[in-house]
Amino acid sequence: MQTGAPFSFERFTFPDLKTLLAKASPLRSGDVLAGLAASSDEERVAARFALADVPLKRFLSEALVPYEDDDVTRMIIDDHDADAFAPVSSMTVGDFRNWLLTDDATPEALRHLAPGLTPEMVAAVSKLMRNQDLIAVAKKCHVVTAFRNTVGLPGHLSVRLQPNHPTDDPAGVAASILDGLMHGSGDAVIGINPATDSPEAMIELLKLIDEVRERIDIPTQSCVLAHVTTAIDVMARNAPVDLVFQSIAGTQKANESFGITQAMLAEAEDAAKGLKRGTVGNNVMYFETGQGAALSADAHEGIDQQTVEARAYTVARKYSPLLVNTVVGFIGPEYLFDGKQITRAGLEDHFCGKLLGVPMGCDVCYTNHAEADQDDMDNLLTLLGVAGCNFVIGVPGADDIMLNYQSTSFHDAMYLRSVLGLQPAPEFAAWLRKMEILDQNGRTRPQLDGQAAQNLLAWSGAA
Amino acid sequence: MSNLTNKKIPSGLDPWNTLRAHTDARIGLGRVGDGLPTERLLEFQMAHARARDSVHMAFDASAVRDQLDGLDHTILDVHSAAPDRPTYLQRPDLGRLLDEDSAAALGKHTGDYDVAFILADGLSARASHDHAANTLKLILDHLGQSWSVAPITLATQSRVGLGDEIGAALGAKLTVMLIGERPGLSSADSLGCYLTWGPKRGRSNADRNCVSNIRPAGLTPEKAAKKIAYLMVESRKMGLSGVALKDNSSNPDLIEG
Repeated sequence: MQTGAPFSFERFTFPDLKTLLAKASPLRSGDVLAGLAASSDEERVAARFALADVPLKRFLSEALVPYEDDDVTRMIIDDHDADAFAPVSSMTVGDFRNWLLTDDATPEALRHLAPGLTPEMVAAVSKLMRNQDLIAVAKKCHVVTAFRNTVGLPGHLSVRLQPNHPTDDPAGVAASILDGLMHGSGDAVIGINPATDSPEAMIELLKLIDEVRERIDIPTQSCVLAHVTTAIDVMARNAPVDLVFQSIAGTQKANESFGITQAMLAEAEDAAKGLKRGTVGNNVMYFETGQGAALSADAHEGIDQQTVEARAYTVARKYSPLLVNTVVGFIGPEYLFDGKQITRAGLEDHFCGKLLGVPMGCDVCYTNHAEADQDDMDNLLTLLGVAGCNFVIGVPGADDIMLNYQSTSFHDAMYLRSVLGLQPAPEFAAWLRKMEILDQNGRTRPQLDGQAAQNLLAWSGAA
Repeated sequence: MSNLTNKKIPSGLDPWNTLRAHTDARIGLGRVGDGLPTERLLEFQMAHARARDSVHMAFDASAVRDQLDGLDHTILDVHSAAPDRPTYLQRPDLGRLLDEDSAAALGKHTGDYDVAFILADGLSARASHDHAANTLKLILDHLGQSWSVAPITLATQSRVGLGDEIGAALGAKLTVMLIGERPGLSSADSLGCYLTWGPKRGRSNADRNCVSNIRPAGLTPEKAAKKIAYLMVESRKMGLSGVALKDNSSNPDLIEG
C-alpha cells in the first residue's frame, strides 16, 4: 500500500488519511481520550475541507491498517466490487456527498452501489454531513432481510424484545416476554443477554423462547446472546438455535480481544443455515457493534472511533446478517459524553451501515454516568425512525436490570410507530391482529380479556 | 390471576401487574395511549435522578474518616490526577494516576505491609459514604493479628486502577479497594471490592478479584466482608489474585476465621 502526499488546507496539514479522518470527525470524548481529535474547531473544519477534495479512489490504495497485518483490511480490499464502484469512482468525497443528496441516488442506485463502497469512504462522507443529511440519505437505503418474518421494509419498524433477567430466572424472563408481546414488540428478535455464558444456560433459555413461539405460533426468531463458540457448541447438541449472535469490531486485534476469528463466524453461519429453521428467509446472524469498542480493547490502531466502527460493518456484511445493532450509548461518557454525541453517533452508525448494505438497527441507550436522559433518547429514537432504522430495542420500562443501563422501552416503540405511521414486520403484524393486540387502525391496543391474551398468560404462568 | 382479567380495567392500569412478582423488570406498567401513566413516568425519573446524584455527589472523605473513628490506623487522603468530576468522567486514565501531592504524601509512609485498604468514590460517592467504612470494619473483624495493615487511604476522583499506584507507593503486597460502582437505575448505592496482589501500574482486570453489588438490598456488607476476608487469606497463601484465585467461600468447609 502506497501513501500519497500529505493533505492540507490553508495552514493546516494532515500527514495521512487516518489522521485526516480523525481530525475531520465531529467532536467526541473517545477521540479526545485516544489523542486523535482535532485540537480546535478550526482544525476540524479545515480537515473537512481537505477531506472533501480526496478522491474516493484514494481509499482503495491507502489502507488504515496494513493489509498484511489485519484481516478486516484484507476483507475490505479483497471483497471490493470494482464494477459496483464504477458510477462514483471519479468522485471526491465532497462530490460523493453532493451526489448522495441528489435525486439520482435512488434506492435502487444505492443498493447496487453498496458492494463498491468501503467503510472508510462511507465514514469519510459522513464526516461532511449534517444530521439531516445522514437521515435523508439513510432513508433512501432499504436493506431487507428475513427469517420467520421480513425486517427492514420501508414504512416498517421492528423491535428486539430484550427480556433480560439478572439470574436468567425462567419465570422472570417469561414475564418480560409476555409484557413485550402484549405491547407489539418482538418482531426483530426475542433476544436474551444471558447472565451466564454457558452451553447449559443457553440451551435452557432457547427452549423457553422456542416453547412459547411454537405454542402460540409467533412468526419471529429467537436468540440467546452468548459467545459464538457457545452457539456452535449448542448447535452441535441440536439446540433450537435461530440466530447466532456475536459482538464484532473493526480491527482484527479488537475481534481477537472478543475471542473471535473470521473462521468462527463462517462456521457459525454455515451451521445455523444448515438447521433451515427460517421460513421466509435464511439470514441467521445477529451482530452488535458500538463506537468505542475498539479503543476500549486498546485495538483501534490509531483510527478514530467512528471510522473503525464503520469497518465493523464490513465484517457484518460478509455473513449476511438478519440484524446489526449499534449499541450506541452503552459504553459510557469517556467515548460518547452526552446526548449530543450519542445522537450524532447513532445517526452516523445507522447511515454508514445502511450505505454499506447492512440491516442496521440501533440500541438507543445511555448509562447513568453519561450526560443524557430520556429526552435525549426520545430525540434520537424519533430521528432514527424518520431515517428508516430497521429496528430498535424494547426493554420493560427502558430499564435493563441485568446489564444496568437504560435503553428504549416497549412503550417507546409504540410511540414511534404511532407518530410516524410505521408498522411491525408484515408477518408479525398479522399475528398481532390475530391475537387482538393490534386494532383495526394498526395501533397497539391489546384486548386483555380476549382468548388470545389468556393463552399468553397461561404460558407465562407455566414457565 | 385470570380473575383479574374479568374485571373492568381502570384507565392506564394493567390487570397483569401481578406478573411483577416474578421479576424486578418494569413490566405491567400500564398505558395511556402509547405512553406511560404519570406515576410510572415519575418513578423512572426519580430512580434516574438518584443514580445521577450518586455519580455527581462530591466525595466527603472527612465524613468517611469520622465513620472510621476508633480504628487504630493512620488514615490518609489522596486524590487522583483528575481534578474534577467532568474530567474524571471523560478521562479514566487520569483517574488511575495519583496527583503529585498525593504521591509525595504516600512516599512518606512507604513500608512493608501485607495489605493496603483503599476507600474510594468511584462512580458512586454515595455507595462509599453509605457502606465503605462499615464493610472495612467488618473485614478487619474477620482478619487475624497476622496481617500488617498499611495506612488506610481515602481516594477522591478514583478509578479502580488508582489502587495499583497507592499499593505500590505504600509497599503493600495486596490492595483491597472498596469503591462505588456505576449506579444502576435501582441500585444507586452499590459498592464494589477489588483485590489485587502485587499492585503496580499496568495491572489489568484479569489480575484482580471483584466482589460486586455490596449493599443492604444486594450482597450485604456482612456477607461481603466474609467473602473478601476469605479471598484475602487465599490470595496471601497463593501469592496471587485474579482468574487463578477462585472464590470458594460459599463452601462452608473452606471458611476459616
